[in-house]
Amino acid sequence: MVLISTASTVVFVGVAVWAVLSSDTWPRVREQFFSARHFQEVWPAVLRGFWLDVQMFVVAEVLILAAALIVAAARSLRGPVFFPIRALAVVYVDLVRGIPLLLMILVLGFGIPALDIPGVPRSALFWGVTALVISYTAYTAEIYRAGIESVHESQRMSAQSLGLTQVQALRHVLVPQAVRNVVPALLSSFVSLQKDVALVFVLGVREGVREAQIYNSRTFNYTGFIAATLLFLLVSIPVARFTDWYSQRVRRRRQAMSS
Amino acid sequence: MTQAPSRLRIAGLSKTFGNLPVLDDVNLELRAHEVVCLIGASGSGKSTLLKAVNLLVPIDRGEIFLDDLAITNPDVDANQVRSRMGIVFQSFNLFPHLTILDNVTLAPRKVLKLDRAAAEGRAVELLRRFDLLDKVKDYPDRLSGGQQQRVAIIRSLAMQPELMLLDEVTSALDPVLVGEVLECIRELKGQGMTMLIATHEMGFARNTADRVAFLHGGTVWEQGPPQQVLGEPQRSETQEFLGRIVQAGRL
Repeated sequence: MVLISTASTVVFVGVAVWAVLSSDTWPRVREQFFSARHFQEVWPAVLRGFWLDVQMFVVAEVLILAAALIVAAARSLRGPVFFPIRALAVVYVDLVRGIPLLLMILVLGFGIPALDIPGVPRSALFWGVTALVISYTAYTAEIYRAGIESVHESQRMSAQSLGLTQVQALRHVLVPQAVRNVVPALLSSFVSLQKDVALVFVLGVREGVREAQIYNSRTFNYTGFIAATLLFLLVSIPVARFTDWYSQRVRRRRQAMSS
Repeated sequence: MTQAPSRLRIAGLSKTFGNLPVLDDVNLELRAHEVVCLIGASGSGKSTLLKAVNLLVPIDRGEIFLDDLAITNPDVDANQVRSRMGIVFQSFNLFPHLTILDNVTLAPRKVLKLDRAAAEGRAVELLRRFDLLDKVKDYPDRLSGGQQQRVAIIRSLAMQPELMLLDEVTSALDPVLVGEVLECIRELKGQGMTMLIATHEMGFARNTADRVAFLHGGTVWEQGPPQQVLGEPQRSETQEFLGRIVQAGRL
């Protein structure tokens, strides 16, 4: 089995590589996208920029995970008293999910600094990350909500019958079980955010993609973009593999438990 | 019977689901230390009645008093009321992500605000008394159904309730596991716990209950000492119900 799959992979990749390398335009493609000289020249700047991407990602993700949990919890409160809170959460999620992320980054990143309000930050980086947090919080809240709803109703009833308040029931009974159920979905939203942080380049923030673009506009060479691509892949592929591994582990454990 | 103070009084309780009446003018009183078994076919309203007493389902009409407090009054803090009575369900509903110890200590710590040591002391004592001390560190899925149900009862007892509501607590169990749970309930009776128990175990109702109430069509059709209700039922509906139970070999 392994032998056949190895052999077929080698043949397939071999043919594909040969087809590309033997084409007439390959030398030009190689010079434009895969030039070793340009790579060496652009690499330090792209790497420095990418480090900013990673920092933005980490800061944004932490804020998103916390804020989204609050939104999802607010949305799952029961009873007429909590109607305004629930309604606010629904409006927020609906509104934000309807706005393209790029538009949000442009409006906040260019718009708010242009207002020049004293005391309000004017940094494009700050508003770019804020836009990411606002947008991703809405999606992530929906992931959490699905998780909370996947916990059986009897758990909520049990918690309440012991005298726990709704908030206590959420915090100690529903959310811990909900989070376990949605870890794979959360991880795959990590991968997505990890790439989307690059969108703040439109504000002129000198992250990885922006550095590659600057180099490109100076030299008309695209190798910088390939360098940035490599860096993004270097991070996202392991996370994707981990997500798969983890989901499978969860599934196996559930099967073991139910049998 | 000497007149112990009234612990629970249900007066004129009615509830409909849509157009379907589930509880229809239910009147029932439990004195302190009294054990009352609710019998009746599935759908007769036993379960809804217990949930209504625990304020888990809203009611349409009537009143419920715990001691002298009208708990159906909208100004009453439902969580506070619930913390004064324990309810145990057919399906155990232990918290699967918490150990047995944490299952039992969660509510005492968060609702009664006991510190961890005090809550754990109380839990360990209860677990020892019901012979589950070796399960303290286990998660619920490592326990048998009977053990889980006993933990669910202990979880309620840890709140030191004035009243226990048991909703067909043996119905989801293997026949061989029913005995240990019933034994646990009898021990509670021995300690003077006031209990309202919905059950299909007629033998248990006969030898454990002080009073049996037959629920039919959402109302208390007949009630009295077990020998009377189970032995010489007055109403034809009760006779018919018990006749079917006998046919099914459950009495």
